[in-house]
Formats: sequence, structure tokens, C-alpha cells
Amino acid sequence: MAVDLTKVNEIIGKWEGRKDFLIEMLQDIQDEYYHLPREVLIEVSKVLEIPLNQIYEVATYYKAFSLTPKGRYTVSICQGTACHVQGADTVLSSFERKLGVKLGQTDKNLEFTLEAVRCLGCCGLAPVVTVNKDIYAKLEPSQVAKVVDKYKKMPHE
Amino acid sequence: MRPKGEVKMNKVTIQGLAKIKEKTKAEMDLGEGRPYQARVIVHLGTCGISAGAEKILHAFEGLIKNRQGKGVHLSIAGCGGLCSREPMVTVELAGAPRATYVDVTAKDAKRIFEEHVLGKKAVTEKMLPPDDPFFKQQLFIVLRNRGLVDAEKIDEYIAQDGYSALAKVLTKMTPEEVIKTIKASGLRGRGGGGFPAGVKWETCRRAGEERGEERYVICNADEGDPGAFMDRSVIESDPHSVIEGMAIGAYAVGAKQGYVYIRKEYPLALEKLNIALALARAYGLLGQNIFGTPFSFDIEVHRGAGAFVCGESTALMASLEGRAGIPRAKYIHTVEYGLYNRPSCLNNVETWANVPPIINNGVEWFTRIGTGDVSTNPWGGSKGTKVFSLTGKVKNTGLIEVPMGIALREIIFNIGGGIEKGKKFKMVQTGGPSGGCLPESLLDLPVDFDSLTDAGSMMGSGGMIICDENTCLVDLAKYFISFLLEESCGKCVPCREGLRSMSAILDGITQGKGKKGDIKALQDLSKVMIQSSLCALGQSAPNPVLSSIKYFREEYERHIDDRKCPAGVCSALYEMSIDPKLCTGCMVCLRNCPANAISGAKQKPHVLDKKKCIKCNVCYTLCKFDAIKKE
Repeated sequence: MAVDLTKVNEIIGKWEGRKDFLIEMLQDIQDEYYHLPREVLIEVSKVLEIPLNQIYEVATYYKAFSLTPKGRYTVSICQGTACHVQGADTVLSSFERKLGVKLGQTDKNLEFTLEAVRCLGCCGLAPVVTVNKDIYAKLEPSQVAKVVDKYKKMPHE
Repeated sequence: MRPKGEVKMNKVTIQGLAKIKEKTKAEMDLGEGRPYQARVIVHLGTCGISAGAEKILHAFEGLIKNRQGKGVHLSIAGCGGLCSREPMVTVELAGAPRATYVDVTAKDAKRIFEEHVLGKKAVTEKMLPPDDPFFKQQLFIVLRNRGLVDAEKIDEYIAQDGYSALAKVLTKMTPEEVIKTIKASGLRGRGGGGFPAGVKWETCRRAGEERGEERYVICNADEGDPGAFMDRSVIESDPHSVIEGMAIGAYAVGAKQGYVYIRKEYPLALEKLNIALALARAYGLLGQNIFGTPFSFDIEVHRGAGAFVCGESTALMASLEGRAGIPRAKYIHTVEYGLYNRPSCLNNVETWANVPPIINNGVEWFTRIGTGDVSTNPWGGSKGTKVFSLTGKVKNTGLIEVPMGIALREIIFNIGGGIEKGKKFKMVQTGGPSGGCLPESLLDLPVDFDSLTDAGSMMGSGGMIICDENTCLVDLAKYFISFLLEESCGKCVPCREGLRSMSAILDGITQGKGKKGDIKALQDLSKVMIQSSLCALGQSAPNPVLSSIKYFREEYERHIDDRKCPAGVCSALYEMSIDPKLCTGCMVCLRNCPANAISGAKQKPHVLDKKKCIKCNVCYTLCKFDAIKKE
């Protein structure tokens, strides 16, 4: 499948083509394409004159990047200590059951990706889950189904 | 990130700064003949927003518009501090003390507006009592502008003496004098290590001078410790205090360029920081020839991409260069050869935010707060305050700032209000995955860098997690080790393989497969890791395990010898059942059980089928009658 590369060059331009902003560029690319497609990384390599293997080193090192497409909604279960002691694991397993995917996986309709995230820093409201940019505080296992259904019902853009 | 669409404003002179302060103060002053007679402040930190504070803000907007709330100033501020009682609203009336409202709903907003803001009569049921111990025992230096400034309004920061410390150092002090002041203040790095900031600055300046090289100041805002959110809150609520601190540091070490390395998981903090930087640039408080002096300085922001180890200095600098954040051995310190091999002065958010008040109020003021004596030895004590994020099973969770030396007991039982739901205190975990746990017997320990380290924990960046009797120590140790296993960069063997082995042993113990000798094996592995890991991640990784064995050894033994988890956390070691005496037959658990493991009829005790039960704990959290038992 051909990937539209015009956005890539816009992103590189936004960061002035500076090599020290590679991680920033890859984050924008991830947001734009929901993952880091190989064609795009090859283009970044050419424009920035950074060997592809070095770009892959960065792309596979940081948690924010994915080489495979992610779902429309990313469900992030906070795994901070406060969330852990307030039962984040039981919330996680409720999501796994409801979505039919394991941690780190995406469902086959590319709707939901289930992720663990390091502390989100809302420890006072533990356990915390985010779905894209929405924050759910003090989430109990019994409320998980309702949260998922809300996004399932949402019309696609 | 460079901001788009620069704001055009005139460059500010020192006299201009004073004028802005005066003008803003006059505008903010409440009273007859003033623009405003009352002020409503809605606290919009990340915690507040997730608790619904934006709705409250809209409610007040509507109220002011519809009811001719003329003379009512609706203002936004960052974190209110008491996370567990968000959304929070502060009401100020002329000549009256500030009133803090907690757990505010849209309905309450209407009452507060009508009865207090317009009617001048406080809604006491919703108000935090003025002598509430949560705020009473705190001392604000880093959080000095809490609730006072809108992070997006630089004038409000200037009104609170903002940028006056920068003006003072640029016009009245030499860089050496600044370094001397910070050294004498005994300010130690708030990111965990506790290295004296002044010593670091001095080394950085000297290294740069000797080699005639450019140097950098860097702010570590990659707050990765799970359970810690001090830095997020400071940047969200008062970003200028960090910018000003960095500018002062840059002047002292002789840097022209600064960097902030911030977690991408903190979108609101990033947004506020970028706005603040753009405004500081527009006023000429960053850029060329600040206040018309030869000093030029600017700050660039880099987002981290989700790697815990990037909080380590060498890894952070590698990441700033656009590479994978893998630490290197520190035979040579980054303060001499850091970013691009140049002298680099790295401090964390809280450390930088401490700098302006020290410059303004002086060494004597700062050293009066805290423990020990730093007059001859910068390691001789812990001065100033420390910000903690107080979380876990405590009644009042939130962001607190306390003087160094305060007892843990004070923090947990006075400020924190004790353990929630009447449970028993078990231990407090400080310092995140690199720290340790402290039992009840150590609660009178003073909180400072050295006491906590001596007790087998550490100050860390300031996460403080309170655990009650329902927390399993082995499970918590397993949690930290698996977190670090995931975050280890894999470069050095002791950390990579040591964590893997520890994780396997702890997994076994929590699954009822523990063996005699496991505890010894964990201790042996720890020893090797502490001695031979490359960076602090591996060197401090065993702390949670070692300290929990030290203070709660019998809990490990119960898991290994009796195959029991006394706290009822390790799911392989307990079974769920329903106590027929307590069950009222309300059907709630039955209807919500995802495994259909509960059967029974209305108003008759239900029965739980252990074969079907998946131990998801849904019933346990829903039951209002404590009828679900874990044994």
C-alpha cells in the first residue's frame, strides 16, 4: 500500500530538519499515521541523512512508537504505583475480557489498542485509565463495559 | 518546541517589570472602586480536569454572564493540591480570608456564587475549614504561587515578584556570587540524588571556562517515577518559576542555551510551558540581551517518548541529541562532558523552581528551614522544603510541600488525614521504584535526604505512597521489579539479567511456587546489581525488594511456606467466597459478575462457584456489606 509522504515532509519542516529533533518528528509521524510505516522511516532517513538502522534503533527503543498500526482508540491503563495499589490490575483484566485482546494488542477491526502506561501523574484519582485524550478517574472493574461501549457507539469521523 | 506565532510585545526593562507588577496588583486587588470586588478561582490542573473542573468553570462563566456578575473576576489556576477532593474552587472577597471549596459540583457552583460571591455568606458544608491540617502544616516555597497565578498570564507571575530574582542577579551579582549563594543555601537536587546544586553549578562553570566551551543548562522534567507528579503540577501551575530558575542558573554557569526534557504523557504541562516560554520571549525575559545586559539565553523543549531510564542524566542527554536514551558509564560526569560533550548543568523542575526565592530572600532565610548544618559542608544537611505527591490509601491525597525534617507520621496522619476506610497503616513507600518501604516503627523518622537513605529507602523525586493492610509487600516488590525489567535499557548484564531473575523468583512466590532459598537468592542478586550495574536504574533497582525483606520478612515467608497471601492480593493464593451471614441478597454482585459465578435469589444469601470464579474482584469492590471474603 502506498503511503502518502507529503505529511512527512511537512513534519520534518516543522522541526527545521534538525537531527536532534528526530524523536519529536517520529512522535508527530506516529500521531499522523497511528504507527511508523517503513516507507515513512526511509523518507526520514533520506531527508535527514541518518542511516535507517539508527532510525530503527530510536523507533524500537521508545515506548511511544509502534511499527504496527494501532487502533482508533488507545486505552491506556495507568500502571503507576498508586494505581497498582488501588487495583489497576483488576481494571486491566476487565478491559482484556471486554475487548477480547491482551495487553499490548489491537483488535482486528483496528478499533481499540490496549496499552499499559507508566504513571500518568493523577495518582490522587487512582486507578486511572485514558482513552485517547479522555481521562477516567477512580475507574472500577464494574464500569469498564460502559466505557468501552461509549466508544463503540461513537460515530466514526 | 519552538512556538508558532510569536506574541508581539515590548521588551521589558527593570523599571518596566516594577510597573507591570504594580499595575497587575492594582487590577487584582479587590474592593470598592476597584475593577473587581470578588474573585472565583477554578483549579484546572490535570487532576482537577479529570475530576470535572472544566464543567465547574463553565458553570461559573454562565452564572457571571446571566446574573450580571459584574465585578466578579473568574480566574484559572493550576493544581489546588488536594487531589482527592477535586474539583476545587477558591473564593476571594475584599477584606476576607480566602475560602477553599472542595468536591464542587455544578449545583454547588450555583450556591457558592449566589450565597458566597454575591451574598458574602460562605457555604460552610462545602468549604475546607480554614484550620484544616492538610494546608495548615505545609510550607510553600516551590508551590509559592499555588492558586495565585494563571500559568498563561505572565503578568500575574510578575505581580508575585516574578523575574525580580533574575533582574537582581543580572544587574547586582556576578555569576560567582550567584553560585556562592546557591552553594551556601545548601540547596540539594530534588530529583532524588540530593547532589548540592551549587557544587554542580560551580563545576559546570569551571569546566566551561577551562575549555572555553559553550555550556548548557537542562531541566529534567521526565518525571517517570510511578506515583510522583510534583513536576507535572509545578509546570502546569507555575511554569515561569522554572524558566526564571533556569535563566538564573544559565547566568551563573555561563550558558546561552537551555533545554527542558519533558514527558510526552504530560500534554497539559507541555502546553502551559510552551505558552510561558513564548510570553517570556515576548517580554524579552528570554532571548538576546535580557534586561539590556550582555546576558542572552533561550530555552528549547524536547518531548520524551516513553522511556523511564531517560530520567538518568546521560540517557536524557543522549535522547536530547535525538538518539536512543541509553546511559553510559559516568567515569566522567555530565557536568563536565554532557550534552554534545560539553559541560551540562542538569537539575530537575523542583530544584530550578527553588532558585528564584533563594535569590530574593537570601541564604539565611532558606537555611533556617530544614535539618543539619550546611555552612561548611553542602552535604551536611537538607535545607528548604520538599514537595511530595501523597497518594495511596490515605484520606487526603494530593500535592504537598513540607519543611525538610518533618516526621513521616505528621505527613501521613495529620496532612494526609490517616488511612482511608478505617483500615490499618502498613507501610509507606518513598522514592518510587528506586526507593524502599518503611514500616510503622520508622514513622517518626525525619524526612530528609540522609535519614531516608540510612533507613534503606530514599527521598527520591517525591512520590510517597501509603499502603494499608490490604497491600501485599511481595506483590508490590514484584510490581516494581517488573516495571524496571520493562524499563531497563538492556545495555549492562547485571541490570538486564538480574531484574529478569528477580522477576521470575517474585512471580513464583506470588503464584504459590516459592521455594526455600528464594529470599537468599533475591538478596544475593541484589548485591551484585548494586555493585556492578552501569547506572542508577540498576544500582537502585533492588531497594524495594531489600527493604521489604528487611521489614516484612514474615510476609515473604507466609507466601513461601504456607502458600498464603495475608493481604489477599496474590490471586493464586486465595479463594473468594460469600459470607452467608453478611450477604443481604441484593443481587448486585450476581448481576455484575462477568463469569456468572454467583447464583442465588433476591434477599437470599448468594453462593459463589469457586470453579467459575476468575477473581476479577468486581464483586469485592461492589459489595456494600463486606460479604465477599478472600481467604
